[in-house]
Amino acid sequence: MIAVLLRMAEKTHIALPSAQQIDFAALLFRVARERDRAAFAEIFDHFAPRVKSFMMRKGASAELAEDLVQETMIAVWSKAALYVPERGAASTWVFTIARNLRIDRLRRESAAHFTDLEDFDAPSDDVPGDEAMNRSQEDSHVARALAQIPPEQRELLILSYVDDVPQSMIAERLNLPLGTVKSRMRLAYRRLRKLLEAVN
Amino acid sequence: MTIVHHLDEATLLSYAAGTLGEALSVAAACHISMCSQCRSAVRQAEALGGEILDDLESTAVSNARRAATLASLDDAPAVRLVFVKSDMPAPLQRLLQGQGFGQLRWRKKAPGVSVYELPLSKGAKGSLKLLSIASGMTMLEHGHGGEELTLVLQGAFKDKTGRFARGDIADLDEETEHCPVIEKGETCICLYATEAPSHYKTLLGRLLQPFLKI
Repeated sequence: MIAVLLRMAEKTHIALPSAQQIDFAALLFRVARERDRAAFAEIFDHFAPRVKSFMMRKGASAELAEDLVQETMIAVWSKAALYVPERGAASTWVFTIARNLRIDRLRRESAAHFTDLEDFDAPSDDVPGDEAMNRSQEDSHVARALAQIPPEQRELLILSYVDDVPQSMIAERLNLPLGTVKSRMRLAYRRLRKLLEAVN
Repeated sequence: MTIVHHLDEATLLSYAAGTLGEALSVAAACHISMCSQCRSAVRQAEALGGEILDDLESTAVSNARRAATLASLDDAPAVRLVFVKSDMPAPLQRLLQGQGFGQLRWRKKAPGVSVYELPLSKGAKGSLKLLSIASGMTMLEHGHGGEELTLVLQGAFKDKTGRFARGDIADLDEETEHCPVIEKGETCICLYATEAPSHYKTLLGRLLQPFLKI
């Protein structure tokens, strides 16, 4: 079982940020401001195939995964004006939309609590200028930092983020006490934060 | 409001990853709505999700689906959110449909202890409730299954790990045993979430045990 999980983790190999970066924040801005279909198509071509994998990893059939891709991308179109670049990368924002849909549709639980917080900081944004600058820089360093953490910690992150396995199930699958899984999670998170702070 | 007790980092991660169940997620979201420190930590944890998604293998999407998506854009109106300021954490406000604590139909479970059950989706496990505990009460010593969260919304309680007041969340590990005392003065209202199938050994179970003989 562990070997299978390790293979799953390897399949999601963590690459360094690619050299040619598309400015998705600018594309989203064009979608929000001008309802720019060409900009949207570019966003679609990048994210839709990844969102499809994301849904299939949770067990969706190819057909259902495409339904959810369509829903995710239409939400991107409808909500583009809600995206705030200072709060994070476009990929982070797309991830949250896909994650919420996966909870609603594949797990049949409600993800409304995430939406309740969506514009929480709107009236008085609690992100001061410097921090906001660091935050968008930070996102591009996350992938690099991920590559530097121990494989067993990265594996837990992949199982959580990609495969939607709750910590108690991870503990069961890996035959570890829940406490051990939690401490590995904490270690992974702290390690990542430290790596990110070192870069900033 | 100074928040002293925050979400455990392991809980923050599973919240951001989306693996935390609905009951625990609502309690976590309520704390996050009150705590800028945890809000910023969640954004970092979500950024991790963004990178992982960006790095996921691609699975080709059919041309038909791409065309269908592009064709349906005109039917999808732009969404704008309206921010409503309230003392009630936003996720709880939605579940209570705007009602205040005084308007709820509390169920009296024991002298000084009332419970209000909050609705969850059909697929959700565990339960989510508001607990109202009279001031001055002491709870029996109890441990935690590691799958429960208690968020203080009004009043305060104290235990060996400190004082929990409005906005503080108890995200305790399995090893912690404690016997909280509700502070004198105000009735303590907490949002309590658990994913444990039975209430035995959980905070609520122990709370009611001497009265209900569970």
